[in-house]
Amino acid sequence: MSVTRYIPHMVLTLGAGIMLLPFYWMGLTAIRPPAEVFDLTLWPIPKTLAAAENFTQAATSVPMARFMLNGVIVCAGILLVQVVTAVPCAYALAKLRFPGRRLLLATVIAALCVPMQALALPLFVGLAKAQMLNTYFAMMAPFFVSVFAIFLFHQSFRSYPDEIIDAARMDGFSEMDICWGLVLRGSLPALSAFAVFSIVAHWNDLYWPMIVITKTELAPPPLGMLFFSDAETGANYGALMAGATLITAPIVICFLLARKQFIAGITMSGVK
Amino acid sequence: MPQSIQLSHITKGFGTTHVLQGIDLTIEPGEFVSLVGMSGCGKSTLLRVIAGLESPTEGQVHIGGVDVTQDDPSDRNLAMVFQSYALYPHMTVRQNIATPLRMRQLSLRQRLPLIGKLLTPAPLRRAIDTAVAEAADSLQISALLDRKPGQLSGGQRQRVALARALVRNPAAFLMDEPLSNLDAKLRAHMREELVSLHKSLGATFIYVTHDQIEAMTMSDRIALMSGGQIAQVGTPDQLYHAPATLTVARFIGSPTINLLPAEADGAGRVRVFGHDIGLTTTARGPVTLGVRAEGLHDAPQGLRLTVLRCENHGADRFVSCALCDDDTQRVTLRQSAPTPGPAVGDHMQIGIDARAAHVFDADGNRCRTQACQQVAA
Repeated sequence: MSVTRYIPHMVLTLGAGIMLLPFYWMGLTAIRPPAEVFDLTLWPIPKTLAAAENFTQAATSVPMARFMLNGVIVCAGILLVQVVTAVPCAYALAKLRFPGRRLLLATVIAALCVPMQALALPLFVGLAKAQMLNTYFAMMAPFFVSVFAIFLFHQSFRSYPDEIIDAARMDGFSEMDICWGLVLRGSLPALSAFAVFSIVAHWNDLYWPMIVITKTELAPPPLGMLFFSDAETGANYGALMAGATLITAPIVICFLLARKQFIAGITMSGVK
Repeated sequence: MPQSIQLSHITKGFGTTHVLQGIDLTIEPGEFVSLVGMSGCGKSTLLRVIAGLESPTEGQVHIGGVDVTQDDPSDRNLAMVFQSYALYPHMTVRQNIATPLRMRQLSLRQRLPLIGKLLTPAPLRRAIDTAVAEAADSLQISALLDRKPGQLSGGQRQRVALARALVRNPAAFLMDEPLSNLDAKLRAHMREELVSLHKSLGATFIYVTHDQIEAMTMSDRIALMSGGQIAQVGTPDQLYHAPATLTVARFIGSPTINLLPAEADGAGRVRVFGHDIGLTTTARGPVTLGVRAEGLHDAPQGLRLTVLRCENHGADRFVSCALCDDDTQRVTLRQSAPTPGPAVGDHMQIGIDARAAHVFDADGNRCRTQACQQVAA
């Protein structure tokens, strides 16, 4: 009885261990000297501690702060425009009655199936013709309208009571007041869940920045890491992993802060 | 300032279904009018049309003589109380009650959080605070002002919803089954409170309910709706004692009116299973006789019944019986409880009080009747 009760926990613990192993290995490599990088031991304390050297090299040989700042600018810009566009759209689809609503919603769901890679070429050509390669805008523009955000907010907004919206209309709220002040207010968990999804996706994105950015001073963290590994370190995996640790840390912190809301958001809106 | 509300030829269709079919109704200033009917009869849709939350397919809504058919809900100066109360969940009770005033009297900048307060002139702020305090006071919820709706009981939420409605002195109050989520005792209590609130405010009330008891006890007039049309408009007494159609007769009154198949002969004399009940009518041929529980009395020569069930209501007793002539027909009669009641399976004989009986023709419309001398069968 008592053993069977713990089996699910054991399975989950094992799964979590497997998921965390690469991160652990990253952290471990970041504090090992080059000589120990290929040791297969999982023992957390290396024979000689090389954390200081690795982190110093990662932080000084490339403009790591610049990469981080670029990442922040790109992620914040994308998230802001995504929310500004997706929230009214989701509100209209969830709560307003107009002809073609079902078709529009079906289109949104269909658009979820289109991969970014399929659009890369036309977007690249368009940006190139507009002479906008190597700008923050080029990095952000393809992600300004997120159908995933529309879908997630739609699912969450749908459950907002219609009578409160009617009451608000009678009290003199405009549709925008209702959308931002009441409905989004009631869906804060969905907002933070989406923020985590969006920030993680675009902070870690390498594919698109690699296509539109060639200048080091505009590179977001993953692209910066790529420049770093090419230019400076060659096979210095310790420093490379120190750099990776530095750029992963903000995301992990961001998730830990929003964890409670994030989980409420995905369970509430039925998106997993 | 209470206003009159006039509805002319209101039609509302969703696709091919016609929810409202040509509604005409005038509500006088200060009147308490109930819209009653089964669920799906269109009463809530009609209220939403008045509120401006739905626009009618055809027809006009006039409030205080002004055509408001095309106006937004907020421009009609109506207050609505919803079934679920519809309080803003993230606001305190105080903010909930103040919202209708803030939305009307403050600019967008003045409504901003934090700095909005600095931009609002002090007299205006004080006026809103006073109005909120008065509304809360009149509904005895002053102690709850700093709570959130989630921390209140159903009855308390109901009061907050009412306070939010009356804080801004609207042209009329619209209420959509506001008591249906309360328990029976609280509902009876809130009925009284609503009636006295209506008296003290002198405001126009339009009250939607499916509960005929609420409509009967509270209203000046009742508009009974059925199938998207108004079946009858009148005082509770008129609807109870002179129902215009079978639908109205069935809907109003508890227990439900007794309906028996009857026959009007060539002279219009009404017979029920061969018994002459001393009533003539304008109709001929098969008709339906309607008589309420209190219109039946013991009579040695009357219809024979078998007692099926006795329901004790304290002062009264309702006895449900099957007719011996046709045991698919059921009647309910009212007796004073202190007398010993019949047992299940007992036989009894009843007569029908001709002055309390209604005759409905084959289309369900009420026919004129006259009581006359009864002749033995």
